[in-house]
Amino acid sequence: MGPLALLIVLVVVGAWLIVAYNGLIALKNQTLNAFKQIDVQLKRRHDLIPNLVNAVRGAMDFEKSTLEAVIQARNQAVKVNATGPEGIKQISRAENTLSSALQRLMVVVEQYPQLRATGNIGQLQEELTSTENKVAFARQLYNDTATLYNTKQQQFPTSLVAGLAKAQPADLWEIEDQGEKAVPQVDLSLKPKT
Amino acid sequence: MSDEASLNLFQQQEANRRRTVLLVVGFVAFFAWLGFGGDYIYYLFTRDAPRYAYHHTVPWFGIGLSLVAAAIAWYAYRTGPQKVLWSTGAREIVEPRTDQERQLVNVVEEMAIAAGVPRPRIWIVDDPDPNAFATGTDPLHSHIAVTQGVLDLCTRDELQGVAAHELGHVKNLDVRLMTMLAALVGAVALMHDGTSRVLRPGGGSSEERKPSPLVLILLVVWIVSWILAPIIAQLLALGVSRKREYLADAMSAQFTRNPLALASALQKIEGAEAPTTHIKRGAAHLCIADPLGRRLTSHEGLFADALATHPPMVKRIAILRGMGYAQLKQQGR
Repeated sequence: MGPLALLIVLVVVGAWLIVAYNGLIALKNQTLNAFKQIDVQLKRRHDLIPNLVNAVRGAMDFEKSTLEAVIQARNQAVKVNATGPEGIKQISRAENTLSSALQRLMVVVEQYPQLRATGNIGQLQEELTSTENKVAFARQLYNDTATLYNTKQQQFPTSLVAGLAKAQPADLWEIEDQGEKAVPQVDLSLKPKT
Repeated sequence: MSDEASLNLFQQQEANRRRTVLLVVGFVAFFAWLGFGGDYIYYLFTRDAPRYAYHHTVPWFGIGLSLVAAAIAWYAYRTGPQKVLWSTGAREIVEPRTDQERQLVNVVEEMAIAAGVPRPRIWIVDDPDPNAFATGTDPLHSHIAVTQGVLDLCTRDELQGVAAHELGHVKNLDVRLMTMLAALVGAVALMHDGTSRVLRPGGGSSEERKPSPLVLILLVVWIVSWILAPIIAQLLALGVSRKREYLADAMSAQFTRNPLALASALQKIEGAEAPTTHIKRGAAHLCIADPLGRRLTSHEGLFADALATHPPMVKRIAILRGMGYAQLKQQGR
């Protein structure tokens, strides 16, 4: 009975090893894939911004600083984005700056009824909302998947095979700090003549 | 998404795969019973016949019906989603033309990203009553349809909640089981309508032979099961969909992080009294809310449990509100 029992134990342990290892690898790939999804959405956003800026430029000559901020933030984000997954902290910071610049721009656009009257802006606004949401949801999926991956590789039985699967804790996408989350300041003295 | 939630998702997908297989096996087995049962009865009838008369020894009915059932199941799996969409008269949005359509496409794209599944194909049902459903066989081949009423009544956030609910059904493979069921229920109903017309005047010409009581009992059971077939199929459809709605609601909350939006969307859907006329009985269990406008779903109880396709709306809204307030509390607002 002795050798047989040993054999059974070996088989069970071996099977568990395979399952745990494969589970970690699957999660690792899911995390990488989720990161790629954010990338896709960020690229979309970067492509959309020039259109938006062109559409509003003519009507808001005296809001130059807001537009400049958006363009600058966009260019910075495009530059940082080329660094790849290693620079996730920098990328998220650049993207958060871009998000808040865009938010300020949209608030300003709200104040120009003649801009909103043209259908073009309505569409662009919908596109922008959607793009922002897509970035946010892609980020959410990445953070959820990465958290799951991190938890799995640190929890007890699975942590034993973490080294074998070359599992490293994945960085989470940082949520912007409270200061940036606050409602953008609008300078009322710049109110347009209607 | 906690560890537990993902485990549940995996188990849910497994359960749905298993149940779909069971459904198909049950479907074929039922037809086999009808066929071979008929063969046996016919065999008993002709056993005492004179030597020169026909003796039914090879179970042709059973073989034939089993093959037909397998073919139907295969056909249902291949074309089920198309059939469901066709029956509701939905039209696909290939290229969004109006602002409403563009918003719908955007919202579904957003939710597909949140759910981590490919974007399903998007359809609109021209019906003023708000309702929505999803169909398909797996996340790669899935469809989401909403009525015009949803587009007219719901805000962007509410639309998001509804789309996320449907994507929840897609992601945990509810759509496979429910579409299969819709297609098979439809097939049974269709064949039943067709054959009962043929069977009804069925004159038993062999009165002088006096069949034994055993044969009579068999015959009665056989006929009863044939008559009951559509009812059984309908009950299956009912039982399968109720629990799933709670789960899809929870998945919607997980994708949007905004359970209150879905709660208010459900309230609007519930508030619109009119039944969704474009969605027929066969596809009722696929919808986010009972399209037949049956008041059964307004309360829970033994009666409603047995006959309603959907859980009580009040309870669903209450659960979603609970999630929403818990979330607000956590954020310290």
